[in-house]
Amino acid sequence: MSIDTETARRVAKLARIAVPEEELPALAGEFNAILGFIEQLGEVDVEGVEPMVSVTPQRLPRRDDVVTDGDQQARVLANAPDAREGFFAVPKVVE
Amino acid sequence: MSLNSLTIAEARAKLRAKEITAPELTEACLSAIEGSGAINAFVHKTADLAREQAAAAQGRIEAGDAPDMCGIPMGIKDLFCTKGVPSQAASGILNGFTPEYESTISQKLFDAGTVMLGKLNMDEFAMGSSNETSVYGNVVNPWRSKTSNADLTPGGSSGGSSAAVAADLCLAATGTDTGGSIRQPAALTGTVGLKPTYGRCSRWGVVAFASSLDQAGPMTKTVRDAAILGRAMMGHDAKDSTSVDMPVPDFEAMLTGDIRGQSIGIPKEYRMDGMPEDIAKLWAEGADMLRDAGAKIVDISLPHTKYALPAYYVIAPAEASSNLARYDGVRFGHRAALAQGDGITEMYEKTRAEGFGPEVKRRIMIGTYVLSAGFYDAYYNRARRVRTLIKKDFEDVFAQGIDAILTPATPSAAFPLGQMADADPVEMYLNDVFTVTVNLAGLPGVALPTGLDAEGLPLGLQLIGKPWEEGALLNTAQVLEDAAGFVSKPGKWW
Repeated sequence: MSIDTETARRVAKLARIAVPEEELPALAGEFNAILGFIEQLGEVDVEGVEPMVSVTPQRLPRRDDVVTDGDQQARVLANAPDAREGFFAVPKVVE
Repeated sequence: MSLNSLTIAEARAKLRAKEITAPELTEACLSAIEGSGAINAFVHKTADLAREQAAAAQGRIEAGDAPDMCGIPMGIKDLFCTKGVPSQAASGILNGFTPEYESTISQKLFDAGTVMLGKLNMDEFAMGSSNETSVYGNVVNPWRSKTSNADLTPGGSSGGSSAAVAADLCLAATGTDTGGSIRQPAALTGTVGLKPTYGRCSRWGVVAFASSLDQAGPMTKTVRDAAILGRAMMGHDAKDSTSVDMPVPDFEAMLTGDIRGQSIGIPKEYRMDGMPEDIAKLWAEGADMLRDAGAKIVDISLPHTKYALPAYYVIAPAEASSNLARYDGVRFGHRAALAQGDGITEMYEKTRAEGFGPEVKRRIMIGTYVLSAGFYDAYYNRARRVRTLIKKDFEDVFAQGIDAILTPATPSAAFPLGQMADADPVEMYLNDVFTVTVNLAGLPGVALPTGLDAEGLPLGLQLIGKPWEEGALLNTAQVLEDAAGFVSKPGKWW
C-alpha cells in the first residue's frame, strides 16, 4: 500500500490539520516509511485470534446514573480562548 | 554532601531524626534548579508553592504525622494537570492552559506531604524518545561522554524527569510510560524508572496519549526509592474506570534481598542483530549477578517480539488521533487567528496546524489513516490481534514458571541531540524496541543502571514482572542494583 499526495491531503483533512500544498509530497513519503514498517504485521497468522479490548481482564465498573458534580460554569470556561455570556464562542456554524 | 543529592530514603531518615528540616531540603533543591538552566529540565518553577508545602510538611513531621513522602521535594512531569500551575504537555496547543483541577496522582502526593518544585520538560504529548519534540526546547542529559562535550539526549518522553533526577535537582520525579517513556530515559541517565502494571496508577488528570497503554510511575535514584514513591502514586481511583481496585502492598517491606529459587527468563528474541558489544556484555553480566544471588537463569522465547513495535505504531497513533481530537481551539489552549470569512473548519485546521509540532501531527495523521474506512480491519484490528499474541507470549512463559524476565533497557547509550534529525521517523521509534512489549502486555517493568559504556555513559537493564507483582519485581531489581554497585554520577558542567 503506497500513499500518494492525494491520500495525504485527504488524511490531513480528516485529521483537521492544515498542511500547505507544497508539504504534502514529503508528508506522503513519511507516511510510506511508517506504513512500510507496519506492513510486517501482515506476516503474523492471526486466524482465530481475538482483537484485544482490555489488557487486564476486567469488566468496566458501573455506577448509578446520577449527578455527581456540576454547577461550576466559571471554572469550565476559565481556559476558553473565547467565552461569552456563559458559553464557548466559535465562528458562525449555521448559516 | 548537599541535601539535594539525598535519596528519598536517606532524606526521610534525616527528616524524622530532626537532622534536617523540610524547608532546608527544599531550599537546596531550589538552589540547584536555579543553576540548572543549561539542562532545561524545569520549565514551570513553583518555588513559592514549594516553600509553602515544605513548611506544612515540617509541621506534620514535628507533630509526628509524617508519611514516607512527607517533605520530599519532587518534580512533576508537565503531562500531569496541576491546579493553578501551567500544564501543557510540552505542546504549543496548550499554551496558557492552567488546570482548574488536580490530577489524582499529584493530589495523592500532596496529601502525603510531598513538595512540588515545578513542572518538568518532556516530549510533546509524550511522543518522542529523545526529548527533542518539546515546545520548551530540548532537555540536555547531565551526562557527557569522556571524549566529547556534545550535548546528549536524556531520553524521552520523560527526559526532563530523568535529567532532573540524575542532576540532583530534585529527589525524585513522576514520569509516564506509553512505550518506554519512563524506562528508556532512566536507562540513558543512570536512574531508576518503574512502569507499574496497567491499572495501578490513576490516569485521571494525566493528559492522555494512548489510553490503553499510558501508565504513570516513579523516577528515582534507587530501587528502594521507586518502591517508596511507587506506593505513594498507586491505588484505586473511581475517576479512572481502568484503575484497578486492589490493595497496594508495602513494596519497601518486600525488598528482602532474597531471590533464591526464582526463575529469571532471558528471551532470545531480544538479542538483536548488531547489538553493541557493551550492551550484550552488560546483559550477560546482569544474568550472572542474579545467578550468583541464587536465581535460576532460563532461556525463553517470546516469539512475537518482532511485531511489538509495528503493532504499537498502529495502536498508539490510533488512540492518539482520537484523544487529541479535543484540541480544537474551543475549550482550552491555543486558537489560531482567523481570516475574514473563516468558518469553524478553518478554525480547527489552522489551530491544530499551529499548535501541534511535526511529530504529533505525524502520529495523529497515521492514526487517522489506520482508523479510516477501508483500513480499520487491515491495520487497527490486525494490530489488536497481534497485541493479544504478544500478551500470550508473556502469559506462556509465566505459566512455565518464569518469575521475571531480564533484558537490556535500550539498544544504545545516550546519543547526541540532533543526531536523528535527518533520520527516518522509524529509526527513532527503534529506541523503544525493548520496552514497548511491556506496555502492550500491560506488565510492570523497571529499568535500572548497572554499568557504564566505554565512553563513560550509563547503561541500564530492564526487568519485566508478572501483573500486580511490582513488589517481587523491585526485590529482584534491588538485588541486581546491589550486585552491580552502580554509584557513578555525572560530572557537573552546567
